[in-house]
Amino acid sequence: MLSEREFRRPYGAEKLLKRIESLCRGKGPIRFMEICGTHTMAIAKAGLRAVLPGNLRLVSGPGCPVCVTPSGAIDEILRLSGEKGLMIASYGDLLRVPGSRPGDTLARRKALGARVQTVYSPMEALALAEENPALQVVFLGVGFETTAPGTAACVLEARERGLGNFSLLCLLKRTEPALRALIAAPDFAVDGFLCPGHVAAVTGAGAFSFLPREFGLPAVVSGFEPADLVYSVCRLADMLARREPALENEYTRLVGWEGNLPALKAVEEVFRPVSSLWRGLGEIGESGYGLKEEFAPWDAARRFGFSERRGAEPPGCRCGQVIRGVCSPEQCPLFGGACTPSDPVGPCMVSGEGACAAAYRYGRA
Amino acid sequence: MEEMDRDEIITLDYGSGGLKTSRLIQSVLVPALRNPALEELGDGAVLENRGSPLVFSTDSFVVSPWRFPGGDIGKLAVCGTVNDICMAGGEPLYLSLACIIEEGFSMEDFRQVVRSIGETARLAGVQVVTGDTKVVERGKGDGLYINTSGVGFRRKECASPGFSPRAMRPGDDVIVSGTVGCHGAAVMMARGDLPCQGPLRSDCMPLHRLSAAVLQAGAGGVRLMRDPTRGGVATTLNEFVEGTPLSIELEEDIPVEPAVEAACELLGLDPLYCACEGRLLAVCAHESTPAVLEALRSTEGGEKAAVIGRVTEERPGRVVLRTALGGSRILEKLAGAQLPRIC
Repeated sequence: MLSEREFRRPYGAEKLLKRIESLCRGKGPIRFMEICGTHTMAIAKAGLRAVLPGNLRLVSGPGCPVCVTPSGAIDEILRLSGEKGLMIASYGDLLRVPGSRPGDTLARRKALGARVQTVYSPMEALALAEENPALQVVFLGVGFETTAPGTAACVLEARERGLGNFSLLCLLKRTEPALRALIAAPDFAVDGFLCPGHVAAVTGAGAFSFLPREFGLPAVVSGFEPADLVYSVCRLADMLARREPALENEYTRLVGWEGNLPALKAVEEVFRPVSSLWRGLGEIGESGYGLKEEFAPWDAARRFGFSERRGAEPPGCRCGQVIRGVCSPEQCPLFGGACTPSDPVGPCMVSGEGACAAAYRYGRA
Repeated sequence: MEEMDRDEIITLDYGSGGLKTSRLIQSVLVPALRNPALEELGDGAVLENRGSPLVFSTDSFVVSPWRFPGGDIGKLAVCGTVNDICMAGGEPLYLSLACIIEEGFSMEDFRQVVRSIGETARLAGVQVVTGDTKVVERGKGDGLYINTSGVGFRRKECASPGFSPRAMRPGDDVIVSGTVGCHGAAVMMARGDLPCQGPLRSDCMPLHRLSAAVLQAGAGGVRLMRDPTRGGVATTLNEFVEGTPLSIELEEDIPVEPAVEAACELLGLDPLYCACEGRLLAVCAHESTPAVLEALRSTEGGEKAAVIGRVTEERPGRVVLRTALGGSRILEKLAGAQLPRIC
């Protein structure tokens, strides 16, 4: 097997780019959407947009976990961070996302004395709970199918160890219902999907077969190196030109058709699909993971009365439209002026995987 | 937004070495303390002194954990100030040492830090000639904080006033003395933040030999040098071109250790924004490049020196990276803390 580094060298990329050019020539505008924050960053980092034909646009969809978390949820998290005897354990990205009040973030609350710890995995949050028996440790579980198995394993471990001072605030999202909602929206205008390689490593590539089957949309499960991306875009353009939509798996070095069965089993044991609120997309049935009844003792939402209500978006912020791919980051009036990575207004500018942060950091050459 | 500005507080981002750190320096410190030597905002200040100008610099160290693969806070404290003096064209001679120790810190550990300070000082050819210690109550510090200040004489090779970003010209080359991002990644690994172990070692080392080699070989063609510490190579190069009509164009094949690249990928970091503590960036005239490269490569710690880019006029004030696909992207200064407490 070739190492990951080999995919970084764009062997044959020139040939593929020429092929993409000829497939798109004479056509109207073509839009392919990536629905994974890591793709958003990888595309920007590789400078891919600049070498694609002018009528082919890559747009970012709801793929950044921090970005799809609504401001109302952030407000609730900020409220929680002020509770006595409570420690928040969170992935770093979430620390700089403002709630509905500009500038109010977990990072700011932390600087003012709130107990907020950055962790890289839910297991670290478990360790924090064990080290601090006098505190209630709440882990903020954000992400998609990729982070769900690790989070599930952590809840199972908490039960195993009988940890009473650990709980999960479950904000995990499911990809398929969101994609269906996106496609059903009246302003949907996408001709093919670059499907998320990491999600597919868990769910299996087969989880995306509904795209061509039900909606006639070509889809390619793609890796993250420049060679992966160019090849996948070429396959999408080819299927579109031939009018033969199908699901292809480009990321075969990691993704199988059926997915990671032990991981899926852990997810099924701990979670059930619940209705969930998305920034930009609103409430979508079965689009979130909630803890099953038997895990209620580890459910932070029940323990601390968390209500995922709609919060006001910051004035002028278009993150909601950016997430749906109907507004490009540069079209937002705040982009690069009032909203920059060091002083972000909306979440898409905060997360390393947000469309606006990617456009700001990498896209303006 | 005005309202927020009034109740602005200092967050960790202000210590990241990136945009917010610049803002703190430019809008709070410089206006209150303005003078010509300070306003250069170099790694060290150059002070007039009959005949032979002095280079003066200071640095504080709060790294956590205090011991990491490839070094500890003591070694770092000597290298940090020594390197700042070297980057300002000085030959470091004397250091001061101030320690703020938290009650309960082990005496044996403190001895080890001091031994490491002694060894590194000998290696760098400097003497610690004055110092101070304070002990604070438990919980009021994090083990051990160190400050060092240092002075040295300015080397003759950079006597010309041109040794600054203003000396850069289109066509100049940008050289790095070795692989980038090792220190930041190694400290991250030592913090136990990574769920894996690896062969990562900090690149922490005094740069007195490498910087002397650059200046001697460059024969007046060296425009400026800086060590890419907090904020990494990307942030330092931005400081070079900021407010000038010049840009720096980088190639994508900048030397990075595979282990650093892997660790960064796992954490969603970019090695170009990770701190180095034993690397230097030099901008020099294209004619001087072969001699400078040769001198670096034949000096210990500079074996992997490489040209990573050039100075152009295409995108004034910007650092641009050419990608392998033929696209390009702008490298900004670091926006917020990427790695907490790395130096």
